[in-house]
Amino acid sequence: MKKKITLPIQDEVISTLEAGDEVLLTGILYTGRDAAHKRMVETIKDNKPLPIDLRNQTIYYVGPCPAKPGEIIGSCGPTTSGRMDAYTPIILEQGLKGMIGKGERNKAVIDAIIKNKAVYFTAIGGAGALLADRVKKAEVIAYEDLGAEAIYKLYVEDFPAVVTIDAKGNNLYDTQKEKYKKILNQA
Amino acid sequence: MKEIHTCKIQDAVSRLCMESNYYLSEDIKEGLLSSKAEEISPLGKSILQDIIDNAEVAEKRAIPICQDTGTVVVFVEIGQDVHITGDSLEEAIQNGIRKGYQEGFLRKSMVEDPLLRVNTRDNTPAIIHYSIVKGEHIKITLAPKGGGSENMSALKMLKPSDGMEGVEEFVLKTVDEAGPNACPPLIIGVGIGGNFEMAPLLAKKALLRPINQSHPKKHIKEMEDRLLLKINALGIGPQGLGGRTTALGVNIEVFPTHIASLPVAVNIGCHVTRHRTVIL
Repeated sequence: MKKKITLPIQDEVISTLEAGDEVLLTGILYTGRDAAHKRMVETIKDNKPLPIDLRNQTIYYVGPCPAKPGEIIGSCGPTTSGRMDAYTPIILEQGLKGMIGKGERNKAVIDAIIKNKAVYFTAIGGAGALLADRVKKAEVIAYEDLGAEAIYKLYVEDFPAVVTIDAKGNNLYDTQKEKYKKILNQA
Repeated sequence: MKEIHTCKIQDAVSRLCMESNYYLSEDIKEGLLSSKAEEISPLGKSILQDIIDNAEVAEKRAIPICQDTGTVVVFVEIGQDVHITGDSLEEAIQNGIRKGYQEGFLRKSMVEDPLLRVNTRDNTPAIIHYSIVKGEHIKITLAPKGGGSENMSALKMLKPSDGMEGVEEFVLKTVDEAGPNACPPLIIGVGIGGNFEMAPLLAKKALLRPINQSHPKKHIKEMEDRLLLKINALGIGPQGLGGRTTALGVNIEVFPTHIASLPVAVNIGCHVTRHRTVIL
């Protein structure tokens, strides 16, 4: 049974989420990947205001394809989250609560997730066409010069994801790989 | 002697850009279906179904299967009895990519300088490998490759004494470290032999072979089969969230090497490993 979650995500909802939960997200997402993260962190370090208020928000690590005429967005699956690890603890300090990407996070990020009571979701890498169907509105709101790496504000409905690192720091990648390795090697 | 105009080459390249990004090849579709039947993780099974559905949506709507429409790698085989007329061949290929990525609504992912990192905005330049062969044809294979899986690829100069065991150990270690980042289920391209620049090229070429076609040499085919079994016992599973289906296929290419050397390269391909060929 997939849990329906409304974005921006509330603290009391985050505390109920456990690694392994399959969720459907509805609400506002901001996109941001390598170049946007770099620029945001430089802005924070310069004590300048960010183009978006990150408090309680969720960032989706994605660089979408251009939309065909008449369509909202092009294919838009997640990119590898690990490349954002260097920036994520600083971004979480700004009040960010959710991240959607694919792949593992380092220890500093997991510690920052626990400290800031945040959550890391993963979506299916490479399922860009399927995920584009769940995006109902899309507009570039910052860093337009970055092209596919600009920050978009998206409105999504029933966007499928899996809670991969919960606010307690439980990491689905660690537990599931070990579990199935054991099963497969017994067989 | 046959004449081929660069206009024809440009149009063919532009078409290949779109087709390779919209349509998943049949061998991978079949691999996904049969892996789904054998998957032991319920979440893994459901992820495989989503991946199959995704390819269908992309095909039906003529949109990219994956938003990372990649660095374009082009293999051009030129028959020595062909005379190319018109513009420069190199420009025709790069223009074909500009046109294909613009008109096909594909993502532009190339940055002009690896350190300064400003997007070229037209996905060029492509990486082009030319070879001259016998005959009166030009064969163009276009293989756009996503960054996520490319980043998890690796090269190692082994010692001859490391032997088959050393090769397999290195491949397994590379796949294990790639884990969820490279978008499993994966296609593993392995290049063994040659030298420092040849082994990765062999690994890249290995990804062009359909996954249901084994290497003609018996000991290489056996290594492909053995590696696939071992990789699918690592537990990584679809998207790294656990299960049996870590890889759909392992393809190995080999080349003669120096008496002192045993280079091995592993080019990791994701479940959207793309390649499409046209013969002019």
